[in-house]
Amino acid sequence: MKITPGAVVKGGTSLHYKTGDWRDQRPVIDQEACQKCGICRDVCPDDSIKVKDEQYEIDTDFCKGCGICAHECPAQAIKMVPEEK
Amino acid sequence: MNEVKVVEGSEAVALAVKACRPHVISAYPISPQTHIVESLARMVADGELDAQYVRVESEFSAASVLAGASAAGSRSYTASSSQGLLLMTEVLYASAGMRLPFVMTGVNRSISAPINIQVDHQDTMSLRDAGLIQFYVESSQEAYDVHLAAFKIAEDPQIMLPVMVCMDGWVLTHSYERVAFADQKAVDEFLPPFRPENYLDPAHPKSWGSYAEADVLMEFKYAIHRAMSLGKARIKEILAEVAAFTGRDHGGLIEAYRTADADVVLVAMGSMVGTIKDAVDELRQGGKKVGLVKIRCYRPFPYEEIEEAIRGAKVVGVMDANFSMGSEGAVGLDLKAKLCGRPEAPLIIDYIAGLGGREINAQTIRKLVARTEDVYRSRLILPESEWVDLNPAILS
Repeated sequence: MKITPGAVVKGGTSLHYKTGDWRDQRPVIDQEACQKCGICRDVCPDDSIKVKDEQYEIDTDFCKGCGICAHECPAQAIKMVPEEK
Repeated sequence: MNEVKVVEGSEAVALAVKACRPHVISAYPISPQTHIVESLARMVADGELDAQYVRVESEFSAASVLAGASAAGSRSYTASSSQGLLLMTEVLYASAGMRLPFVMTGVNRSISAPINIQVDHQDTMSLRDAGLIQFYVESSQEAYDVHLAAFKIAEDPQIMLPVMVCMDGWVLTHSYERVAFADQKAVDEFLPPFRPENYLDPAHPKSWGSYAEADVLMEFKYAIHRAMSLGKARIKEILAEVAAFTGRDHGGLIEAYRTADADVVLVAMGSMVGTIKDAVDELRQGGKKVGLVKIRCYRPFPYEEIEEAIRGAKVVGVMDANFSMGSEGAVGLDLKAKLCGRPEAPLIIDYIAGLGGREINAQTIRKLVARTEDVYRSRLILPESEWVDLNPAILS
């Protein structure tokens, strides 16, 4: 591999770099308590909360475990649990 | 034919920048730099210059606009001074790292505190490690001519670094001098449009300055240093091209003035050089073998040329209009580092002079040359840089 002047690389490479590895705690959503307001998705700095089959789910490839979603959830439906490695 | 006019130094720079056809100019006003960008803003507003003039709320933003514009493939320009340059610092390091070849004028002014708006070189010297190519000029004419060269040097495919042309505030920017201008046609033939290999394009997304871990970071940094070191030859060629089409040759990376048989050589940069040349002529008339090395290109540091010019000299006095607190002046440190241990290297004495606009006149130079000879004869080991005309009586 040769380095490029200015460290110029093709775009989109961050998809291949799973920053979820950095996590030491993970958000767990209580689907029964979830009011589907979408605040967690809006505040997630890593765009790691997705809606699938009308349920909010965590994208663990990129969630760094910051806990903002749990802090902001008005229904307190998200708990942060320690990641076991 | 080259047109000749009496203009303010700032106007001369603005006209040089205009002749280089920049696409984007972004700046924030600060004395003594303001007249340069005011002139450019007027040229854009009056339709004389087809460029985007981006008004911003700080120098940090001005430099950031330039980085983005340059990455998008635009020829870009800014100017600042003192505190403004320091506020740009983070962006300037990043821009050099991303190899973005914009041009800026560093109008030299002292740094607060205490607040002072007069000239010294502390501001631009604080940026010497950023990866910018730095020139220091002696006159408005040289400022004009070096700005013509600056874009071509910055955009050279083997260099690709920002270039900063440093000129002394007030002394050059606000004084009126006779300046000869280049024909637009000659400038256009000399300076082709900016066509970088990489540029921001939504159709082909790219990222600049991407993450580099410990396994490659040193190579990226060394690559900048190597672009500068190997770039010296190219810089000299481009300066020579400008000399050829303007008919004005200010020298290469340095100008050696009456150094051939000199026992004492002074080393200096910026507008004080003109005064020193006159003082050298006077001292020569009195039978003293004195010469001067004017550093034109400070980064990359032209030590090979300086070594050649001071060969045979007994003692060298470096005049630093800057100071590295707790150590010595920057140019003195550079020269000592490069010459230390070389056979027959002359004694080097570092003088701190002209901070905050303190006057340097012919008498200052005569006194300094006499002191240099004394130190050489007495074999005195100086414990620190000599602060020229320091008044210890007012130190509390």
